[in-house]
Amino acid sequence: MARAKAEKARPQGYQTNAHDARMWREVTTPEGAVIRLRLADAGERAGALFIDAGIMLVTLIVGGMIIAFGVPDGYFGEWAEIGQILFNLFFFMLRAFYFTIFEMGRRAATPGKRIMKLRVVAREGRQLTANAVFARNVMRELEVFLPFTFLLTGMGGDTLNGMMTLLVLVWLGVFVFMPVFNRDKLRGGDLVAGTWVIRNPKPELAKDVTSTSANADDDAFVFSQEQLQTYGEHELQVLEDVLRSGTGEVKAAVASRIRARIGWEAAPLERDGPFLEAFYKQLRKTLETRMLFGNRKKDKYDTGESS
Amino acid sequence: MSELDLKSYRFRAEREDDWRALEGLLERIQNSGVNALKPDELVALPQLYRTAVSSLSTARAVSLDRNLITYLETLCTRGYLFMYGPRVSFWERFGSFFRRDWPDAVRSMVGATILSSAIMFGFALIVMMLVLSDSEWFYPFAAFLDERTPEASQETLRATLYTEDEDIAGMLSVFASQLFTHNTMVALLCFALGFMVGIPTAILLAYNGCILGAYVGLYVSKGLGFEIIGWLMIHGVTELFAIILAAAAGLVIGKTLAFPGEKRRVDAMADAGKRAGNVGMGVVVMLFLAALLEGFGRQLINDDLTRYMVAGVSLLGWLSYFYLRPGAKR
Repeated sequence: MARAKAEKARPQGYQTNAHDARMWREVTTPEGAVIRLRLADAGERAGALFIDAGIMLVTLIVGGMIIAFGVPDGYFGEWAEIGQILFNLFFFMLRAFYFTIFEMGRRAATPGKRIMKLRVVAREGRQLTANAVFARNVMRELEVFLPFTFLLTGMGGDTLNGMMTLLVLVWLGVFVFMPVFNRDKLRGGDLVAGTWVIRNPKPELAKDVTSTSANADDDAFVFSQEQLQTYGEHELQVLEDVLRSGTGEVKAAVASRIRARIGWEAAPLERDGPFLEAFYKQLRKTLETRMLFGNRKKDKYDTGESS
Repeated sequence: MSELDLKSYRFRAEREDDWRALEGLLERIQNSGVNALKPDELVALPQLYRTAVSSLSTARAVSLDRNLITYLETLCTRGYLFMYGPRVSFWERFGSFFRRDWPDAVRSMVGATILSSAIMFGFALIVMMLVLSDSEWFYPFAAFLDERTPEASQETLRATLYTEDEDIAGMLSVFASQLFTHNTMVALLCFALGFMVGIPTAILLAYNGCILGAYVGLYVSKGLGFEIIGWLMIHGVTELFAIILAAAAGLVIGKTLAFPGEKRRVDAMADAGKRAGNVGMGVVVMLFLAALLEGFGRQLINDDLTRYMVAGVSLLGWLSYFYLRPGAKR
C-alpha cells in the first residue's frame, strides 16, 4: 500500500521557493521509491473550469440549434413542448455527466483539465474509483450550479431580494475560494471524494550537459582539488540550469564570478561556455564521488562539520 | 579525462533505452488505451516500470544531474499512476456496481436510512394529522397554484388521480419534468447538503415529508385515501426510497465531517464519500426508473389494484435487492 508523507514534502533543491515547495506531495510506491506529485494551483484549476464551462456552453448552443431544426416548428407551435423537453433533457445530461464521464476516462481529466495539463488522482496516490469521481462532481451541483441558478432565476419562482442575494453570494464565495484556503487545494468535492487534482507529469529528458562538451576541453581546464571543493550540490544544480537555459550574458557573469571565487586565471581568449562546462563536469565528478562515500556537500556553506 | 569517466553518465547511458521504451508505452496507453499494446509489450511494461523505479532510487544515490532525476521522477509517477490506477474496464465496473458495490454501500448505512425515512414519514404523518383535523393546515405546507386544494370537490380531486387521454407528449413531459427538475434536484441536494453537517438535509427531508403529508391528508379527508396511496406509491416506492437513500448518504457525509472517529478527518471523509458516491449513483438509476413509472406507468395504469401491485412488487424488489444477500459479507 502506498504511504504518503504529505506533511513532509521536503524541498530538495529543485523547488524555487517556499510556495512551490508546499505544492509537492510525496508518495511512496509499493516498490519503496518516493515519487512526488505536484498539486494544481488555484489559477490552473480556475482556467480548466472556464475552458470546460465554455465547451459546455458551446455544446449547449449547438445542441439547442440541432433540436430547433430537428423538431418540426422548433420551440414554437404545436411541438414546442417536445422541443423544450428535449432541450431540458439535453441540458441535464450535459450538466450531470460532462465532468463525470471525462474524469472516469483514461486520462482522468475533462478537456479543460487536459488543456491545462491537469488530472484527477485519488488522494495520496491511491486508486481513483468511479464513485469518487461521481461524488466529487455531484458536489459541483452544490458548489456552483445551484447558487448560480438561484442568482439567475431566483428561488422557488421569486427573484431574490437583497439579503438573499448576499447570502447566495456568500455561499458561492465559500465554495469557490475553498481551494485557496486549504493546504491540499481541495474543493468541497475533492474533500468528499478523497481526490487531488495534480499536474499531469510529462517526462522530458534533455541531453546530459556533460555529453555536449568536447573531450579536448577537459585538458585545457584542470582544476585543483581545492578549487573543486569550493562549491556544493546546490551551486552545481544552479550551474546546470545556467548551462541548459542561460543566455550568453548570464553565462559570462556566472563564469566571472566563479573565476573570481576559485582564483582561476583566465587564459587569453578563453571562452565562457567551455570553461563552465568543464567546471561543471569536474565539480559533478568530485561531488558524485563524495556522495558515493556518503559524504555529501549540500552547498558552499556546508563544511561537513555541522548536522 | 574522458566522458565516460562520469559514473552517473555511464549509468544513464546504460539504461536510457529502457526509460525511453517505458515513456513510449505510457504515451501510447494514454492516447489509445491499453488495448493498443501488443502482447509482448504488455509483458514488458511492468518490467520496464520496475526498472525505472529502481533507476530512480539509484539515480538519487549516484547522480547529481537534476534534469535526469526530475525526468525519472515524472516517468515513475506516470508509470505509478497507470500501474496502480483503476484497471477495471468500464463494463466490469458497471457489472460489479450492480452486483456488489451499490447494495453493499446501501447496507452499510442502514442506520442513516432508517433515520431519514423516520424524518420524512414522521413529518408526513404529523402534517397529515393536522390537515385531517383542520383543512386550513393544508395551506402553509402546500401552497401550489393548482386545483388541488381543500375547496375542491371530491370529483375534481378524483379526476387528478386518473388520466383519460393518453398522449405520448404528455407522458414524456411528466417523465422529463419530474426526473429532471424536481426529483433529481431534491435527491442531489439531500446528498450534497449533507456536507453542511447534515442539518440542511434533515430540513429538506422534513419539508418534503410535510408536502407529502399535506396532500395525503387532503385526499384522505375527501374519502380518497385508498386511491391517493395507489397514485402515489406506484412510483413513490422507488422515488421516495431514492430520496431517502440520497439523504442517508448525505447524513453519513455530514456525520463523518462532524465526528470523523478514529481516522484523520480527510481519510474518514474520503471513505464515507466513496460509499455515499456509490449510493448516489444508484439513486440516479432509481430516479430514472421512478420517472419512467410516473410518466408512463401511472398514466397508462388507471386501476387502483394494479397500481398497488406495481408498488408492492417494486418495494419487495428493492428491499430484497439491497438487504437480502445470503452469504454476503457484512
